Amino acid sequence: MSGNTGTQGMSLIVKTVTRLTVGLVFLYGVFIVLNGHLSPGGGFSGGVIIGLAFVNLVLAYGRDTASKIATAAGASMIESLGAVMFISIALLGLQWGGFLQNFLPHGTPFHLVSAGTLPLLNIAICLKVGAGMFSIFLALIVLLKFESEVKR
Amino acid sequence: MIELYVMLGLMIAGAIIAIEVRNLLSAVITVGVIGLGVSVVFLLLKAPDIALTQLVVEIMAVIIMIRATINTGIASVDSGTKRFGSFLGLAVVVLMCVGALPVMQHVQRFGHPLMLVSSRYASGAVARTGAVNAVTSIVLDFRGYDTLGEATILFTAVVGVVTVLRARGRKSEDEQVPESEE
Repeated sequence: MSGNTGTQGMSLIVKTVTRLTVGLVFLYGVFIVLNGHLSPGGGFSGGVIIGLAFVNLVLAYGRDTASKIATAAGASMIESLGAVMFISIALLGLQWGGFLQNFLPHGTPFHLVSAGTLPLLNIAICLKVGAGMFSIFLALIVLLKFESEVKR
Repeated sequence: MIELYVMLGLMIAGAIIAIEVRNLLSAVITVGVIGLGVSVVFLLLKAPDIALTQLVVEIMAVIIMIRATINTGIASVDSGTKRFGSFLGLAVVVLMCVGALPVMQHVQRFGHPLMLVSSRYASGAVARTGAVNAVTSIVLDFRGYDTLGEATILFTAVVGVVTVLRARGRKSEDEQVPESEE
């Protein structure tokens, strides 16, 4: 276990498996989010799956390599974007009757584009939850780095 | 129904082991067993939405806890459990169960809703929101305020965690030897 401190990442086997599977994990999360109004799932679980894909990258490739793709600043920006998106969709409903009003046309059931604003709210929650979980993870990594420096 | 009770017994055993075990990493993994048991119980109760969420969040929580405990240098906890304390805890649990028994007789039977409005949610979900998955239509449409509140709670939690942890991380970059910690 050379990857305990998380600077260089884990062994070649872990890196290869991660490279092959992390895209599939990410796509599965996107599928869960976009089908949230048709099948079990939704913004929360899909968002955590997407966040886990990035956690997988950081664990396998180490903090320094993975920080080129996923930074703490980007994660917090995406989280705030999700919160703003949720609130603005909710506020737009005021034009058509009330806060959080489902104002878009409902469409035909069992279609991907249906249920009005619900898929958009799912996407907003996905951005918020995935980026939030990932930034908690990154904050803990920073804490570990600090503590290993104190030990040295 | 028997498999439900088997899972519940497994989870209670896992909780007791997680408290009693000395090694910190073993305790964290045992907590993960409890969470996965909760996920299986949700599946048995025909709630796949919440089972999926529970499974994913549990994996994330176990990863975070393992990363947090593995390098802290605290490998094991040796706070000797007092025999008197465990007897006292058991007595309190038994007392609370005895006290809760009359209350439980007035609760609706398992599967019967306490709130009658939920039957309207269930019957008119597809017609009124257009979402085939009734759970999503309830979470995001009928109970939208609840979801907004949950999102706010999560946002506040993330802000708090990042603020508390980032303050310590930044200090290490500014000064090489933090004297205040020693």
